Amino acid sequence: MDDSDLAQKSRPSEAQAGIIDILYFARLREALGLASERMPLSPTIATAGALRAHLQARGGAWAIELAGDRPVRIAVNQVIAGAETPLHAGDEVAFLPPVTGG
Amino acid sequence: MPVRIQTEDFDVSAEIATLRGRNPAVGAVASFVGIVRDVNAGERVSEITLEHYPGMTHRALQDIVDEAKARWDIVDVLVIHRIGALRPTDQIVLVAVAGAHRSAAFEACEFVMDYLKTRAPFWKKEQTPAGSRWVDARSSDDAAAERWVR
Repeated sequence: MDDSDLAQKSRPSEAQAGIIDILYFARLREALGLASERMPLSPTIATAGALRAHLQARGGAWAIELAGDRPVRIAVNQVIAGAETPLHAGDEVAFLPPVTGG
Repeated sequence: MPVRIQTEDFDVSAEIATLRGRNPAVGAVASFVGIVRDVNAGERVSEITLEHYPGMTHRALQDIVDEAKARWDIVDVLVIHRIGALRPTDQIVLVAVAGAHRSAAFEACEFVMDYLKTRAPFWKKEQTPAGSRWVDARSSDDAAAERWVR
């Protein structure tokens, strides 16, 4: 199955109350079996790093793929973010494996 | 448009002619063309599929072009990156830099390519006799990009 076109759709960021959009790309999308999801923002996922930990806690492929030693980068609103980058309602948070273009 | 992401192929001569236009200040154009090979990591490759992050790719490439323009005395930069299914011998990427002199044009071209390889959100998946696999990032690409950090 080639589901690469799933990732071609960028979702408009909606400044909806307390919701963030999460996107998964390439190897991550396939390993997690998910291209995107919406999640209510909560005090426990106030930063990019906290969101990663929250998703990791789902276990299985999530625990493996998002483990701290995996070279996953996070972009918040299309800009590479650090673990401390705060998340706000309407943000688009993308989980990116190491890039291999060119 | 100095940055383009497209499925279609590109004509290097035509793109360079457009880039330099009729600007008499341009004395040098340096360019790089990336091409799909038929082998990678010891396996035959019959096809690759290039995926990207549409919302972020253009901006990431534009940031790289802007930085090149800030660091070197150059006139203009063109980046074209293809997406979708590509086969061996197909062109993948074009970086062309127009400037007054060759030294800045060469260096800026290499810089844009090194940063594109490590910062632009593209991912390659290749088809081999053993099935399909995502291409691993290379540490040599990171090292190449490191050279430009200052």
